[in-house]
Amino acid sequence: MAVKDYIRERFFPHMWCAGCGHGIILNALLHSVDDLGLNKKDMVMVSGIGCSARISGYVDFHSMHTLHGRALAFATGIKMSKPDLNVIVPMGDGDALAIGGNHFIHAARRNIEMTAIVMNNRIYGMTGGQFSPLSGYGAMGTTAPYGNIDHDFDVVDLAVAAGATFVARTTTYHVHELSDLIQQAITHKGFSVLEVLSQCPTHFGRRNKAGDAVDMLKMYKKRTVRIGSDKKKADPDLIERGVFVKKDFPEYCREYDQLILKARKKK
Amino acid sequence: MNKRIKFIQGNDVCVEAALYAGIEFFAGYPITPSTEIAEQMASRLPMIGGKFLQMEDEISSLCAIIGASLTGHKSMTATSGPGFSLMQEALGYAVMAEIPCVIVNVMRGGPSTGLPTHAGQGDVNQTRYGIHGDHSIIVLTASNHQDIFRMTVEAFNFAETYRTPVILLLDEMTGHLREKIDIPEPGNIALVKRLRTAVKSGIDYHPYLPREDGRLPMSDFGDEHRYNVTGLYHDMWGFPSDNPKIVYGLIRHLVDKIENNSHQIARFRKYHVKDADVLLISYGASARSALHLVENRRRRGEKLGLLELQTLWPFPVDIVREVCKEIKFTVVVEMNMGQVLQQVRLAVDAPEKIFLANRIDGELITPTDIRNILRVIQGKGV
Repeated sequence: MAVKDYIRERFFPHMWCAGCGHGIILNALLHSVDDLGLNKKDMVMVSGIGCSARISGYVDFHSMHTLHGRALAFATGIKMSKPDLNVIVPMGDGDALAIGGNHFIHAARRNIEMTAIVMNNRIYGMTGGQFSPLSGYGAMGTTAPYGNIDHDFDVVDLAVAAGATFVARTTTYHVHELSDLIQQAITHKGFSVLEVLSQCPTHFGRRNKAGDAVDMLKMYKKRTVRIGSDKKKADPDLIERGVFVKKDFPEYCREYDQLILKARKKK
Repeated sequence: MNKRIKFIQGNDVCVEAALYAGIEFFAGYPITPSTEIAEQMASRLPMIGGKFLQMEDEISSLCAIIGASLTGHKSMTATSGPGFSLMQEALGYAVMAEIPCVIVNVMRGGPSTGLPTHAGQGDVNQTRYGIHGDHSIIVLTASNHQDIFRMTVEAFNFAETYRTPVILLLDEMTGHLREKIDIPEPGNIALVKRLRTAVKSGIDYHPYLPREDGRLPMSDFGDEHRYNVTGLYHDMWGFPSDNPKIVYGLIRHLVDKIENNSHQIARFRKYHVKDADVLLISYGASARSALHLVENRRRRGEKLGLLELQTLWPFPVDIVREVCKEIKFTVVVEMNMGQVLQQVRLAVDAPEKIFLANRIDGELITPTDIRNILRVIQGKGV
């Protein structure tokens, strides 16, 4: 199918700013779904609130635009009640890890099969540029006018510690890698976390003198390396990309099926 | 022995009734005095292939049952004061997105952590006004096990009929009280099935286009029709809109679909109301004491009656006004500072004839407490 067959043309043009990285993620996601040959009828997208969250309206899946930070909780109800559905949960960085931090770690702990995509632009874009838990020390934001003194989470470390069984990271510059990782995340039988560094030239770029969208993409190219690259040894501040964790571990819905068998015997 | 007759807690009755109504999904978080509902669900639901989830908090519990409801499964959660406060955000979402589900609030004394193991009825206004924004909502309650059963089933029925969250407002006293329940035979209480769309695959389905009767046929997530669900004001496609006409139409629809049907939703019991010259109005555990006093005084020839409310919201204004018309004076019996009292005073023609008999110390209001108030009103002294 053509990519346009996966979108709801009625709802375009989209509301993202010129140069925003989120459209690149949407594009890679649609290509991934097409490459995997997935049926739209089996696809559910659940999002929270923020710029990233608007992605769910644009795809021709069963889609739910929920509450700030709570997308994974809604998605858990959907997946548990209909485990055959393929559930994708795109989230912003503040959405996933500030207001939704608790839901994030518990969904990872349960290892329920769904794909959490953290669209990390390091800022609250929709509300106009406040610092997020992923902005990092020293970053500028409208609520950090003297520089941010909050330290950031490492999404990958957090997801691994919480028990996610597939954890990966890439950027909007590395589009083929992005599509490949989305496919791996979707097909993984467990809770998958994919962090995608996504540029926000309007708020993060402007306030942090990171240049325009092209400059920010070039920075992703320059400041990230594949896992295990020698460059990282020479420059520890480089950000690693690739698959950090991929392991087989009992999946929650299948565990519950076993529990039902036990309960029925007891009956 | 008749297996349908049981001697169990009110919370367990609620579980039996939810199973009778066809519940398939429950998500919750432990909190006194509602925990027995979660415990029983954890045990019973998997036996019938249903799902029980213990979530990380009450916020996610309500979110999860909303998600499950969208896939076509009857869903419920249960909580108490602090947990119910946490649920307000997702409750508003369920109202806005019109997702059928049942939320049980087994009241404790509040505010805050309050009195976890004592009786209180202080959440009446929160069930109505807890969420931000204009809306209408259905809130049911009951005072004895047979009625807890019926009201739980009604809650599921109303949720499906009006495509809305319904709150079942119980209290610690009835929730933990053990008494006899005769579980109705299957079929004795009619069940409302989900209204699903007849629109065929390939033809446009409008998830938020009400029929002439105000009802909106649903399509399950996972079925042929794919649509968007949002907590933003939305058009008939479920897509966000701030068009004033669409905003006006939606808020009117959300309020009217419930307020215009308040007569269908009103549930109540009348005891000796016909010839009464003094009337008690009560609900939940308080109504047990009120009824006891009424029966007692009737034996002495006193013309005391009781109107027991089972639908608290939308408030049954017409029924209350009608019943109070010929009454010398009315006493509202409740365990709060007068939350239903306010509504009764707004409903009647002579608010100066409406009085309050309450207890707010965590103890059950007794028939003696009510009698003492009656004596004061009648100028007899205590």
